[in-house]
Amino acid sequence: MFSLMETDIAESPLRAAVEDERAGAICTFDGRVRNHNDGKAVSKLSYEAYAELAEKEGNVVIAEALEKFNIIRAAAAHRTGDLKIGDVAVFVAVSAAHREDAFKACRYIIDEIKLRLPIWKKETYIDGGSVWVNCQSCSSHAHKHVADKGRHSHEVARASESTRS
Amino acid sequence: MSLEGSKTVYIKYFALLRDERGLASENISTEAATLAELYNEIRSRHDFSLPVERMSVAVNDDFAEWHNRVNDKDVIVFVPPVAGG
Repeated sequence: MFSLMETDIAESPLRAAVEDERAGAICTFDGRVRNHNDGKAVSKLSYEAYAELAEKEGNVVIAEALEKFNIIRAAAAHRTGDLKIGDVAVFVAVSAAHREDAFKACRYIIDEIKLRLPIWKKETYIDGGSVWVNCQSCSSHAHKHVADKGRHSHEVARASESTRS
Repeated sequence: MSLEGSKTVYIKYFALLRDERGLASENISTEAATLAELYNEIRSRHDFSLPVERMSVAVNDDFAEWHNRVNDKDVIVFVPPVAGG
């Protein structure tokens, strides 16, 4: 199950949600707010979501992972609202009989969440100013660099992600 | 407006678009045939910075295609480049 959370993500219920006697492996990933992005010192982040579609698409991603990999259960959550450095922005938990499928499915879920869910990140910088990440005009360095390779904005998301991952 | 082909849609704005529009949502009367035409119409009216090529679109809480037709009473969200995680 996928959920959006307006307050701190509690990891233990998500971990408990995937526990199963058949599971020899539980893999979790947490993405956190780091103190810098693209060479700038970040003071805080804010996430905004189109909640109805983000929750629907998040559950589609989890259903895909259950179909593609030999796993038992999967759960994930993403924060909205204001976050501080070190806060958990996203959490993924997967259980499987064996570790390989648990790792692969966990990776799949976090990658697809970042690519597909209608969630936006506003960064505020210590030296002032704030920006919606990935929404800069085409003249910005990050996008130009990627656009020159004829790629889509999704790759920009990867180039300038600002959680540890 | 009661022109032929006119319809009323409800637009919800998020993130950069909400900032640029200065509103979270609004009803709009339009004669735009497709979602792309509708976005370009609103973009030129309010000077949105992002071209349609950088955006996605959703109708009634499902992702849609830019060439899809605009229907009366649709709830439409223009989706700027996402940055979750």
